[in-house]
Formats: sequence, structure tokens, C-alpha cells
Amino acid sequence: MTRLTTRARQLWLCYRLQLKILLVSPFEGFLGVVFPLMFATATLLVYRVEGDPRAMAYAGLGAAVMGVWTSVTVAASSLLNRERWAGTLELLVAAPTPFLMVLVPITTAMATVGLVSVVVTLVWNRLVFGVRLDVASWPLLVLGVLAATVTIAMFGFLLSVVAVRYRTAWALGASLEYPGWLLCGFVVPVSLLPLVVRPLSWALAPTWAVEAMRSAASGGSPWGELAVCLALGAAYAALAAYLGRRLIESARRHATLALT
Amino acid sequence: MVARDLRRSFRTTQGRLRRTRSEVEAVRGVSFEIAPGETFGLLGPNGAGKTTTIKMLITLLLPTSGSASVLGMDVVADVRAVRRRIGYVFGGDRGLYDRLSGLDNLRYFAELYGVEPREQQRRIGALLELVGMTGREHERVEGYSRGMRQRLHIARGLLHDPDVVFLDEPSIGIDPVGARELRATIASLKEQGTTVLLTTHYMFEADELCDRIAVIRSGEIVAEGTPEQLKRGVASGRVLEVETYGVPAGVVETLGDLGPVHSVAVEERGQLQVLVLQCDADSEVTQDVLSRLGDVRVGRVSAREPTLEDAYVQLVTQ
Repeated sequence: MTRLTTRARQLWLCYRLQLKILLVSPFEGFLGVVFPLMFATATLLVYRVEGDPRAMAYAGLGAAVMGVWTSVTVAASSLLNRERWAGTLELLVAAPTPFLMVLVPITTAMATVGLVSVVVTLVWNRLVFGVRLDVASWPLLVLGVLAATVTIAMFGFLLSVVAVRYRTAWALGASLEYPGWLLCGFVVPVSLLPLVVRPLSWALAPTWAVEAMRSAASGGSPWGELAVCLALGAAYAALAAYLGRRLIESARRHATLALT
Repeated sequence: MVARDLRRSFRTTQGRLRRTRSEVEAVRGVSFEIAPGETFGLLGPNGAGKTTTIKMLITLLLPTSGSASVLGMDVVADVRAVRRRIGYVFGGDRGLYDRLSGLDNLRYFAELYGVEPREQQRRIGALLELVGMTGREHERVEGYSRGMRQRLHIARGLLHDPDVVFLDEPSIGIDPVGARELRATIASLKEQGTTVLLTTHYMFEADELCDRIAVIRSGEIVAEGTPEQLKRGVASGRVLEVETYGVPAGVVETLGDLGPVHSVAVEERGQLQVLVLQCDADSEVTQDVLSRLGDVRVGRVSAREPTLEDAYVQLVTQ
């Protein structure tokens, strides 16, 4: 086996097992699927007052990604602390596999749950609220959804690395949840936000992913937004990789891996 | 495996508004050598520095100063290479994915240790057999008893067939039958030629398993040798055990002043306090001890040969 195939196999198996961990947890299931449905319901109930099908479609798409944002950011920010509480963090670090190769399957598994929530939310929107998505290009829309999921996962990856030194890391994810909804333009256009906060929106990959999805649905070209979105996702991943290496060095120096 | 003057200190902070920083030296110049295939015990009370020493050797902690090498590889510079060749097992309930089956836990860590797929299947089967868990591997870990978890830990630590295994209090909290099985597993590692560094609180465990033992106290090694050497060297004499009811601390202190008495330890056993006195071999101190106890109610008084535990207690209470 070449090194590449060994690594690919390792990533795949670790991803499958991490997904298994998430899927057998009632809490994760609730957070990943039921929560987004509740948020989508609240959003669509507000938008329904206007009786505008286009506004409902706009909100419906945003509400679907909103669920991924919630489930991935909240869960990812406490990802490493969860490993620490389980006593597995030290074992993961002590393994010869680079720590980042350990983290990628965990974050990807979370993103998969998020992806399921997008589909479930879209179906929910259709069945309960009658939101009809007139999509000009389904492949491009799917690409947009995938870009949103992957980049939110990368953002979660970054958060998990940044927050691991803090025992209340979960609070960071929770505090990002609602501002993220607004900043990423899930249910309110970014153009309505004050000028001063718009750079924050532009720095968040999901903002571009949702724009790409809306462009794909309306028949526009989403490629520009997709490119920015993926570039930002790659930047998150690179930053997380760099910080991850620093984190391990720092943890070895300051003995912070096993803080429980 | 060689440790040379290993030191590790930690900075701690106290207070919220007025934060005061202090430095705690957890390991203070620990040195030892472990030969290939040897089972070496590191004994010491809680907080003595055993786990910190192990964590430096398995590359999870950087030493503040000093050096250490495992299989000739430096634990600071050759991190990845050291990790490939060592296994680490610690005691307690944690360190496993509860929602996965025992088999999935092993597969996960086998992947992280780069065990080839074909080898993985054979190795996992053999290890499940070794730790007596064949047939239970498909059950979720959350349903395992503590002993089963511990045995799964051992299997996890051996997945990649390491040359050196670090066992940090592996038998903690396990029932006597489980502990006996665990000792048998560790003994089989020794038979296979694996080098083992074992920390434990259980003296009989160390006595049974270890070729050599180092006793660590307050971050320093205070004695090193075979179990027999430690028993002979430290507690050369006999042990007097006196059962008492409600003995005051002040009285216990006065017993230590008796000439032939090297040390006094108190073991609480319910309402009883058993005074364990390490004495000179030919001394007769029973009458002196009883007179110093005065009005304290005394139960059984007995004398016996010292055990490794006596040696240990004397070393860590000196």
C-alpha cells in the first residue's frame, strides 16, 4: 500500500467511525436535525406573514444552511474538549498520525450530519410550508450546498483548535450561533446590515456559499461566489493546521492536554 | 530506555483579581535505565511524579530539563519515531469511545497507528483473545464493566505490537479477579520480550511483576532495586502491627522517637487504627510501645517479616 492510499483509507475509516459516534447519540441527532427544523420553522413563520413566495424561497434556502451553521459551529467548538473529557485527547495526540489527520475526519463527520440537516430542512420547508424551490440549476445548487457544508466544517475545525485551551469552549460556539445567522445573510440580506459589520460577513465562507446557492437557484452564475467561498474554506483549514501544530507544541510545554 | 536528570515544573495561578503565580516542580531530577525486555515498576504516592515522568517518556510532555530516550530515540527530537514504537495504557474508565463497540475502538486506534488492514484483523483477534474479550467485541463500550474497559485499554495499547509499553496504574479500580487477569496479561508481555514500565499503588502487583522497582517521592527517586533488594535494604528488621481505637496523633508521633523504630504509619480500618512500626531486627519494642500508648484501647498486637509494602511505606513516609 502506498502512503497515499494508506492515508486515504485511514481518513475514510476514521470518518466512518466518527460518523457512527455522532449518529448513535440522541443529543447529536437532536442538535443536527431537529434543531435546524425548529429554526427553519420559526423563520418561515415570520416570512409567511408577507405572503410572498419569493421571500419564502429566499428564507427557505437560508434557513437550511442556518441549521448546518448551528450544528457544526456549536459542536465543533467543543469537539476537542469532548475528546479531552472522554480521556481520548491524549491518546489521539500520542498516536504517530499527525493530529490534523485525526481532526479532519471528526469535522467531516460533523459536516455530514449538517448536510443531512440541509436536505431534511428543505423537505420540511416543502411539506409543511409549501416552499417551492424553482431551481434553475440543481447541480450548481448542490455544489453550493456542498461548499457551504464543507466550509462551515472548516470553520468548525478552526474553532475547535482555537477553543481547545478553554474549558468553556462550547460557549464560544453558542455565542457565534445567532450572530452567524445574521452575518452570513441566511435569512436577512447582508446588504441590510450596517456597513461596519459587512467585512465580517465577507470573511465568513457561508455568506458566499448561500449567495452561490441563491445564484444557482435563480439562474445566475455562482462560480465567483463559489471560488471565494472555497478560498476562504481553504484559508480556515490552513490556519487551523498551523494553529493545530502550535497547539500541540504548546500543550506539550504547558501540560494542557489532560485538563479535566 | 534511559532517563537522565529529568525535570518538569508547572506554573500555576491562583486567585481571580489578584492572580498569584507559583511554580511547582513535579519531577526533580529523575534518572533510571530500563533494559530491553525488563519490567520496571515506578512506585510512589499520588502526586509523586509518576504520571508526569511517563508523559515525558511518551512525548506528551516536554521536560523542563534533562533528557530521555526510548529505544535509543530522543523523546523530544524523535517524537513521531518514538510514538510508533511505544504503547501507552492508563487506568480508569476513560480513554475509550463509549458509543463505539470494543472492536470499532480497536479498529480506530489501529488506523491511527498505521497497522496494515490484513495485519489489523489478525492482530485485533489475537489481542481480544489475549485480554479475554473474544465474543464481547461487538458490544458498545458503554455497556462494559470497568475490568473489561481496562482490558480493552491494554489491547488498544498493544495494537501496533510496541516494543515498549507504559502502563500507568492499569489495575486501578478493578476487582481482584480482573486485577489477577490483568497481571497475567502483563506477565505474558514480559514473556514476549516487551519492555514494560509499570506504575501502580499495589505492592503485591509490583512484587509479582517487576524485575526492578524505583520508588519516587516528591518528584525524586528515593530507592531503586529489585523487590528483594528493596525489602532487605529498607526494612531490614521486622514490622510490629498494633491495633488501636482512637489513638491521638500526638501519641503516634512519640512512638517514632523510640530508638529501634524507623518509621510509624497509621492505617485506618473503619473504627480501627493499625499502627505499622518498622523496627530493628533484634529489637523488642512491644512493651515500650504499649506503655507510650497509655490509656489508648489496644487490640491485637503482632510482629511479622517486612513486605514490599512496608518498604514502600517507609520510603515514602521518611
